[in-house]
Amino acid sequence: MTNVFEIAGKVSLFGFRAAIDSFRRPFEGEQIVQQLGEIGSRSLPLVIASGLALGAVMTFHTHSTLVMFGASAISPAVQALAFFLEIGPLVTGLLVAGRVGSGIGAVLADMRATEQIDGMESLSIDSFKFLVVPRVIACTLTLPVLTLFMDFSGLAGGFLSEFATSRLSLQLYIFRAFSNFQWANFWPPILKTCVFGFAIGAISSFFGYTTNEGAQGVGKAATTSVVVSSLMIILLDVILIKLIFFMFPESAL
Amino acid sequence: MTNGHRAAVAFDRVSKSFGSKHVLRDVSWKVPEGEAVCILGRSGTGKSVTLKLIIALLKPEQGSIWVDQDDVTHLEGSRLSAVRRKIGYLFQDAALFDSLTLYENLALPMMRLTQKSRGEVDYVVDRVLGQVGLACDKEKMPSELSGGMRKRAGLARALMLEPKILLADEPSSGLDPITACEIDHLLLQQKAEHNTTLMVVTHDVHGARRVADRLVVLDHGKLVAEGTVAEVEQSENEVARKLIGSNA
Repeated sequence: MTNVFEIAGKVSLFGFRAAIDSFRRPFEGEQIVQQLGEIGSRSLPLVIASGLALGAVMTFHTHSTLVMFGASAISPAVQALAFFLEIGPLVTGLLVAGRVGSGIGAVLADMRATEQIDGMESLSIDSFKFLVVPRVIACTLTLPVLTLFMDFSGLAGGFLSEFATSRLSLQLYIFRAFSNFQWANFWPPILKTCVFGFAIGAISSFFGYTTNEGAQGVGKAATTSVVVSSLMIILLDVILIKLIFFMFPESAL
Repeated sequence: MTNGHRAAVAFDRVSKSFGSKHVLRDVSWKVPEGEAVCILGRSGTGKSVTLKLIIALLKPEQGSIWVDQDDVTHLEGSRLSAVRRKIGYLFQDAALFDSLTLYENLALPMMRLTQKSRGEVDYVVDRVLGQVGLACDKEKMPSELSGGMRKRAGLARALMLEPKILLADEPSSGLDPITACEIDHLLLQQKAEHNTTLMVVTHDVHGARRVADRLVVLDHGKLVAEGTVAEVEQSENEVARKLIGSNA
């Protein structure tokens, strides 16, 4: 148990250092752009495909129940609120933790094992600033954007499913989806994903950057990064939802 | 630092351990400027650790390590960075950044640490790659290079900032005798042309005899012999005699 708290403390300090170093020169623009491409654009197909499938399946499940209660008209609104408030941020976070977290953990652990990080330090290059900070920034900036793609592809999947069962027009689907939608339903969950992104970047980087187990540590770092990032996202989700309800009471359903 | 002003590197009662394993115990020695020193010893006797202590990739539990006038054991941040810029480090497996081309590997430190223009950096990269015989390979990725080419590339990167001290960790390991000899000649050329202090960790006695002005032999974390090749050959320490004579 002490070990868990010790690691939690070390990860927190690591993340704190990454946050502080984000505002310190040099700003590593080239590395950040490269990581945005690596983390963002390469995760996009997975996120869109998952959103479409999830949206379609969710509509299949909810539609029949809503019909029983004569409330099938609110199906698009249910879909929109479910995706924008919870499913989008959470599922995107977990998907990115799996795809990107393992990659970051493995790459940095491999660089440590093959002395590339030592090589960087020996050349007076701040390896933390060069390797960790751009990854943390890229995760933090990318996750909200990917979440939007997840939200809208979820709605698109929902529409396709709705259209297949009831021939609902696109205009009417969009109208019903967003008729009761407020900005308070939109911004807090999107901002929440920034925290998820930061957590994924910091945790994955920590386990990769600090490993000292050679080649064996590469696989271990990749696995640990995914597991801890995913657990942290679930935990943060619970905490941040309470915080959002406290700060934006109008967003509570 | 006492009596160490003309030393490029000086160890003063340095001890280093990893857990319960004592790698260096109370080691003191000096390397004068412009001298080539080869560090010999059996595996696990702290040879590579010695080099990493000099460039402060590791910190000792006890003692001081002086590089020029600076005790690197207490340096951090920009002051440590300034000392590291005086040192070139050739890693055992070259430690090239595998996501960058050979050109980018060499240009990176210069682009970040100097005010040189892109043209000037290109010129230096071309010159250094020419010295190590890799002028035609600068667009290759490290994964496309052979073992010998990687070593030469690692050496080229170590030379980019014109170091006063060059640390080489087993520069000939895994290489055929001809390529190993070429690497040794590059090290000696650097020493001769720029009065660079060389510190070479090696198991290759032929290489050590070619390169070294002086040998240092480590055993069980202690410095057991020090001197010219002839002096170590006459050493009272059996390990030192065996190491220098083993494949001589």
